[in-house]
Amino acid sequence: MANFENVEVTTDILLCGGGMAACGAAVEASYWAAKNNLKVTLVDKAAMDRSGAVAMGLSAINQYVDINSGNNTCEDYVRYVRNDLMGITREDIVYDIARHVDSSVHLFEKWGLPIWLDAEGKYVHEGRWQLMINGESYKVIVAEAAKNALAKYGHEYFERVFITTPLMDGERVAGAVGFSTRENKFYVFKAKAVLAAMGGAVHVFKPRSTGEGLGRAWYPPWNSGSSLYFTLIAGAEQTCQEVRFIPVRFKDGYGPVGAWFLLFKSRATNAFGGEYMVERKDELAKWGEYGKVKPIPANLRNYLGMLDEFEGKGPIFMRTEEAIQNIANALKDDPKAYKKKMKELEAEAWEDFLDMTISQAILWAGTNVQPEEKASEIAAAEPYFIGSHSGASGAWVSGPKDLAPKEYFWGYEYMSTVKGLFCAGDASGASSHKFSSGSHAEGRAAGKSMVRFVVDNNTQPNVDAAKVEALKKEILKPMDLFVEFGAKSSDPNINPEFMKPKMFMFRLQKIMDEYAAGVTSGFKTNKAKLDRALELLAWLKEDSAKLAAEDLHELMRCHENIQRMYQAEVHVRSILFREETRWPGYYFRNDFPTIDEANWKVFVNATYKNGAWEMRKVPVLSIVN
Amino acid sequence: MPSFVIMEKCDGCKGQDKTACMYICPNDLMVLNKETMKAWNRAPEMCWECYNCVKICPQQAIDVRGYADFVPMGASCVPLRGSEDIMWTVKFRNGQVKRFKFPIRKTQEGTAVPDGGFGEVTTDLASQCLYNEPAALKLAALPTVKK
Repeated sequence: MANFENVEVTTDILLCGGGMAACGAAVEASYWAAKNNLKVTLVDKAAMDRSGAVAMGLSAINQYVDINSGNNTCEDYVRYVRNDLMGITREDIVYDIARHVDSSVHLFEKWGLPIWLDAEGKYVHEGRWQLMINGESYKVIVAEAAKNALAKYGHEYFERVFITTPLMDGERVAGAVGFSTRENKFYVFKAKAVLAAMGGAVHVFKPRSTGEGLGRAWYPPWNSGSSLYFTLIAGAEQTCQEVRFIPVRFKDGYGPVGAWFLLFKSRATNAFGGEYMVERKDELAKWGEYGKVKPIPANLRNYLGMLDEFEGKGPIFMRTEEAIQNIANALKDDPKAYKKKMKELEAEAWEDFLDMTISQAILWAGTNVQPEEKASEIAAAEPYFIGSHSGASGAWVSGPKDLAPKEYFWGYEYMSTVKGLFCAGDASGASSHKFSSGSHAEGRAAGKSMVRFVVDNNTQPNVDAAKVEALKKEILKPMDLFVEFGAKSSDPNINPEFMKPKMFMFRLQKIMDEYAAGVTSGFKTNKAKLDRALELLAWLKEDSAKLAAEDLHELMRCHENIQRMYQAEVHVRSILFREETRWPGYYFRNDFPTIDEANWKVFVNATYKNGAWEMRKVPVLSIVN
Repeated sequence: MPSFVIMEKCDGCKGQDKTACMYICPNDLMVLNKETMKAWNRAPEMCWECYNCVKICPQQAIDVRGYADFVPMGASCVPLRGSEDIMWTVKFRNGQVKRFKFPIRKTQEGTAVPDGGFGEVTTDLASQCLYNEPAALKLAALPTVKK
């Protein structure tokens, strides 16, 4: 076996991840843990300053309920999310995040995040729930507060340590193992409670760009399904794993469209100048009560645009030139004010990309686009797993005591069905539309809940040393395989005894793209295709034992792709189990092409134990009328 | 090609054990070649073009060339990130140049106080309030529903 030194860390509360949710958990858990003489340890696979989905920055905060103004209530937010997810959502959790999110935003502002203010000093809203920010350093600021909280109370954090597998003591989580991506060290973290906050999953499906632009996914490519794998392997029940998200964004660069649609009130039109949102209005009637609500659910908006594409009416254009003109025209009688406004709008349009999707700015510059003069293409991207946004995939977690129906409550909010294993951000399911701010708020709530759990269960779970050694051997195996067989072939990547993680990922992406409703199959599938996907995935799973790594970086890639593979399988099984089409703009079951409220207005939950899958329907219980 | 290192400018961060770009890359792509003492991007096709290596480089030795499989050549976006704002120089394929400056933070680096100055308001572990709520919510009480 490869020679890796063991590093053992014993702690009370282990936070796996370093993104928005984990930073929220660090701030809150640090305080409560110190009060109760407990220790907090955070582990991030990258550098906290720029890790997670907000690494590049953001140009908006997408969840701010603004309860204080009296304009909105948590109930309003629950109704919005419930409609957007076609009725399938955990209202207790959405409510809980909504009631905490404003305080996260107020903290961001105090920490130094510039939030746009109007002449009266009030936040500038992009839409009802969205705030405009100068967010280049959003993550740097949030990470700084988290690190300061950990330091203030004598806690610790590790960077560049990649968590792979949970440690278990029977039915209770006992910690986690992983390895350094910088030196030959194998980490064994022993803990009384563990938070999974390791993001969603990208590159499970084949992206539209497969050359150099492979990395230009909409969600960052370092989201590899770590949360799903970790919680699934621990035995935690999963929910909504069929609810992927397909964002419609500026084509190829994947620049954000929110500011254009909401702030600048832009229209999207097809090759013939037609507006799919107007021309295809009647289609909405086929999707039950959800076709009648405002705002129209994201997946239905997607679907109307897709219908245009399927009929050869693309490209679809975001009419930036028209939108900017419309705003500036209000000042057309005052040339000086008009010129100033145009300049302001131009800067706002560019900042929207430069703060969070710089590639789109290069694409504009490379194609000589000035948005005030020329429209830009938008298109549906590939599927992603992002339970914090408009998807819903994640673990099935307990709700809070005062909000959860008794069927959804088992003692500690945000604890999964595994004792001591908590989830936040993309790791926790059925609580969509929490975005960056809500993930932070959810992390804070989970952080407090974890301390409550440890105070009530203050014993160090047992960790079987023999099991740890067996895990170490399995985790380092890709390096051993390369050492053993690498010299057998002229090419380090082509060898009859092993495969490298990159080709493994391409094999996974091809299966998902062609059989599980990816881009090239027009987001459509059926039972026969899904059965075939499972057959191909089974061989892939067997071959995952033959992954090889030349160095630590490749070792991380091997495990990231194993995580993606499990994300793929739970997705296929969940789509297969749900015999209807409920989110037509995310995926379409051609053998069950309509929504079936009588039989399928339920959660689809999945559990993987001892190599066997169990699928079940769980009733949707409402707490808000 | 996503991010690339300008050989002439890179000094390998003067022989320290890791370079600034290695430290910051969220996808573990930047590596130091110890023989040439130059950093390089080992997997440009996995680069998100997040520009964190570009922004952090003390030598301004990293740039980004847009993904060649869909971006026409000749454009660039070059940031200059200070402690309060960031200046962008955007060069178009047709030679046009635009410059933008945006704020990035309103407080001094390092000064983020965990409780945001709202204080330790709730000290009861059993409460649904987080420790600086309800003050940090700017509300009198945490909202709930009647069951």
